Amino acid sequence: MDSYAKRKYIIVLIFILVGIAYVFKLFELQVIDATYKQTATKNVLREVVEYPSRGLIYDRNGELLVSNQAAYDLMATPREIGVFDTVQLCQLLSISKREMDNALNKAKKYSRYKPSIVVKQISPEKYALLQEKMYKYPGFYFQIRTLRSYGYNFAAHVLGYVGEVNQRALRNDAYYRSGDYYGITGIEKSYEKELRGDKGASFLLVDVHNRVKGSYEKGRLDTSAVKGKDIVTTLDAKLQEYAEQLMQNKAGSVVAIEPSTGEILAFLSAPAYRPEDLVGRKRGENYPKFLADTLRPLTNRAIQGQYPPGSIFKMLNGLIGLHEKVITPRTKFMCNHGYHVGTFTQGCHHNQEFSLTASISQSCNAYYAYTFRRILEAKHLGGVKQGYERWREHVVSFGFSKKLSEEFNEELKGFVPTSDYYQRRVFPYSKWRALPLISLAIGQGELQTTPIQMANYAAILANRGFYYKPHIVKAIADSKISDVFMKKHFTTIDSIHFEKVVEGMEDVLSYARHGTAFNSYIPGISICGKTGTAENPHGADHSTFIAFAPRENPTIALAVYVENGKWGNLYASKIASLIVEKYINGEIQESSKRIETEMFNSNLLYSNKPNYIKYK
Amino acid sequence: MVQRNNTIINIDWITVLVYLALVLAGWINIYSAVYNEEYNSIFDISQRYGKQLLWIGFSLILAFFIMVVDSKFFVTFGYFIYAAFILLLLLVLFVGKEVNGARSWFVVGSFAFQPAEFAKYGTALAIAKLLSSFNFNFKELINKTKIVAILIVPVALIILQNDTGSALVYFVFIIPLFREGMSGLILFFVAFFASLFIFSLLISPLLIVIVLLIVTLLIVLVMKRSWSYIMNSLLLLIVCSIPFLLYLLLIKKEVIDFYFVLLRASILSSVILIIISILKRIPQIPLVVSIFLTSLFFTFSVGFAFSNILEPHQQARINNLLGVESDPLGAGYNVNQSKIAIGSGGFTGKGFLDGTQTKYDFVPEQSTDFIFCTVGEEWGFIGATFVIITFLFLLIRLVILAERQRSVFSRVFGYSVASIIFFHFTINIGMTIGLAPVIGIPLPFFSYGGSSLWFFTILLFTFLRLDTSRLEQLH
Repeated sequence: MDSYAKRKYIIVLIFILVGIAYVFKLFELQVIDATYKQTATKNVLREVVEYPSRGLIYDRNGELLVSNQAAYDLMATPREIGVFDTVQLCQLLSISKREMDNALNKAKKYSRYKPSIVVKQISPEKYALLQEKMYKYPGFYFQIRTLRSYGYNFAAHVLGYVGEVNQRALRNDAYYRSGDYYGITGIEKSYEKELRGDKGASFLLVDVHNRVKGSYEKGRLDTSAVKGKDIVTTLDAKLQEYAEQLMQNKAGSVVAIEPSTGEILAFLSAPAYRPEDLVGRKRGENYPKFLADTLRPLTNRAIQGQYPPGSIFKMLNGLIGLHEKVITPRTKFMCNHGYHVGTFTQGCHHNQEFSLTASISQSCNAYYAYTFRRILEAKHLGGVKQGYERWREHVVSFGFSKKLSEEFNEELKGFVPTSDYYQRRVFPYSKWRALPLISLAIGQGELQTTPIQMANYAAILANRGFYYKPHIVKAIADSKISDVFMKKHFTTIDSIHFEKVVEGMEDVLSYARHGTAFNSYIPGISICGKTGTAENPHGADHSTFIAFAPRENPTIALAVYVENGKWGNLYASKIASLIVEKYINGEIQESSKRIETEMFNSNLLYSNKPNYIKYK
Repeated sequence: MVQRNNTIINIDWITVLVYLALVLAGWINIYSAVYNEEYNSIFDISQRYGKQLLWIGFSLILAFFIMVVDSKFFVTFGYFIYAAFILLLLLVLFVGKEVNGARSWFVVGSFAFQPAEFAKYGTALAIAKLLSSFNFNFKELINKTKIVAILIVPVALIILQNDTGSALVYFVFIIPLFREGMSGLILFFVAFFASLFIFSLLISPLLIVIVLLIVTLLIVLVMKRSWSYIMNSLLLLIVCSIPFLLYLLLIKKEVIDFYFVLLRASILSSVILIIISILKRIPQIPLVVSIFLTSLFFTFSVGFAFSNILEPHQQARINNLLGVESDPLGAGYNVNQSKIAIGSGGFTGKGFLDGTQTKYDFVPEQSTDFIFCTVGEEWGFIGATFVIITFLFLLIRLVILAERQRSVFSRVFGYSVASIIFFHFTINIGMTIGLAPVIGIPLPFFSYGGSSLWFFTILLFTFLRLDTSRLEQLH
């Protein structure tokens, strides 16, 4: 009678099939696929970050160089913003209505429920004013951040600056979130990991409107912020300040090292900017200005300025000559207004016979032309090319043509040509000869060195044959610094040869010995130095000087570069000896005051001559 | 031998218990979904769970009244009840309140009432009445017309209210009609073209052509039980594809586009096959091949209509449903949050009141349309599966009850009740786990809301009332 009764099975089958399909889907969603659980946690968990304060930076004597100051970011949660007097708020913040509208639109685009920064880094003073009026602006609130604050406004290039993280840092380091700060240059960058500390986080449960509903797991996972580690630098704040005063209105750099440790006592590049000019809101205005400045205040000349070493290089050639036994301390060469071979002449300003010490104190070019040629043509080395390679080996052992510091990421290597270089450029078709390379004898030609390398060179001479890598950090919180800085690096020159060279260097400041820098003599201190002139094809030559003092058990070694200072004894030697005097005696004696005033007042920055300086 | 009619004894207590279990489970989950520490009493009338308790109480009173009504009432007044709800549907178009763009609610004070919900009840009665009429026969055109008329009037009115989702429910009357003898092909085609529609948007056209080819060949194989037809058809297909291949290679000098070749070759070979089989009087083949051709054109036109006729936001909604585009904060936001909530429940769930996604409002409409999220999150796979099994149990129980009726009226009505619950169950749970379109229809007995709860209570208990009198003669 009911011919379709069997159809009930089809209907029940349809019901059951749907049920089975749903159970399978649920099994996939709930049991197999874990991503939904993670997303759910992300949905309800809001991480509230507690920012640690950045580590402080001290000088070697415990003077506070860098500390922190409070700043306030004005935050806004678009959904909670009510009706408010835009004009008044803009006036209080001293921003234009357009800036406010832009910021709010950006915030809305990011999220209507999550807060965004509207105005960054409001000063504590302005914050105090605004705070009592905030009730008028629902949806706005302040978030505290810390900014750098400087006890002394110097050592900009050593300390470096802090800024907002870029996209690359965000990608490479999970520590950072958009809007975080990190060190961009100097110590702030090289010791970022130590200085930044650990962020704290509290995990809160929030609803879909981002309203806090309670703490997650009763706060078991919450961590508090750990302050960044304090750093004690090797800098001597007083010496640094003094050096910067001497270098004012000049371009160039000073690097002073304690030879017995490699600790950097003073380190500057001039002209510099004031560290506080790159803090907080001022950074936005100043940074492009500095970047566009033709004097390049952002460039760190001490590690990025590559100059030909000039006459300062002569001691090294002397040492190599002694070590390779092509000269002895008694060897004398005749200087007849220079060095002449056939039609070739390397000029000099003397007409007399020179020994090694005198050649240093009076900076004779001919002496080194002879010596250099003898090194390259030395029989036991077996040819000019091999001679050059041996010479280069010695030079490199003094820390040239490589990065010296572990701490300055922007450091340039300088340049000491390899034999391949000359093979390709000078002797591609002919035999190696010494004459085409003769300008290396007096530190010219292709040679390029940086001020920090020259200061290290001074330290090697002070130590009579070894150095510690120059470094700027003495201690990090309570822990010791890296072992890299504890390692003695010996040069390839036998230490017995140094004494004769040092003797010549002391004579450089001697009036009686006609030293080239007798004008920089400081009574009571045995300063050993050497003047130099770094050739500058773009304008006046650069005045350079290296020195260490006292002669026995030296406590300071330094290099001074004054761009467009013409000759070593015009500026660099004076500045160097004043710094030495200040460091060793703690004060400047009356007899040196005249030179000090002269240096304070001299201005080489705005001369009529263009001073193009070529940096890489 | 006629047993006295005793409602208390004859009522199907199993169904009543399942009903009570579902209603209570719904109430507990509503409490959890809108749980708020400030109002933590489950009886607080100012909160949804307090109100739902009132609605439940009122439902039980309704159920009682239905049980004491004479069962002949429903048979006698079937058409009148249907007509009354049609009038209400008409009325709501003019005096109804617009909610979410649909003008489908009567609002009097704080009381809201959606006639579309109850119109299904009237329609079920009317269909039952029609199919149980003396000498009803599906083959007569007049009967077919009557069925279509009964269904089309409420559907049209509901679509006019701009509530397409509720109108889709009327598709399920195919199930009781099928049970009573409607051609199975209609059920098959509705299911076939619905899935074809979804597939044609989901998978590449080339794959669809291949799948259709294989399905068609399989059908031929089953019907003819002979491989020779398959071989000949494939041979014909290969021969037909040669000219198109040559055209591409020699004239257009292009890389071979398999879709281009296969589509044209299958159309050409189909036409040839139909002509040959008609000439040679081979039965069945022309029909099967025609269906294949129709399907091809259907998928083609769906794709065409989709990209050329639909508005971008409509495309987005369909794409999201089908998982073509992932846009968690756009049109698919609700489904995505719902899947996150259910997925995060894991195997055993987070525990009662401990679900974070629903409690903190990440899931929209969490106490009404998306109540299943709370189940999935707090009770896990075990709880969700239990709910599904309970619903299946209820549906199968209803089929069993329907089958034991002596009157066609009761049986048709029973199947209608089961089908309506089935449709709501399928679409509602399906949308929370991303297997069905987001149509705002409630989960029977579970979702918050008096209107829906009363509707399902009346629907279910009317059938139970009919069931208690299954031994009486209703005509």
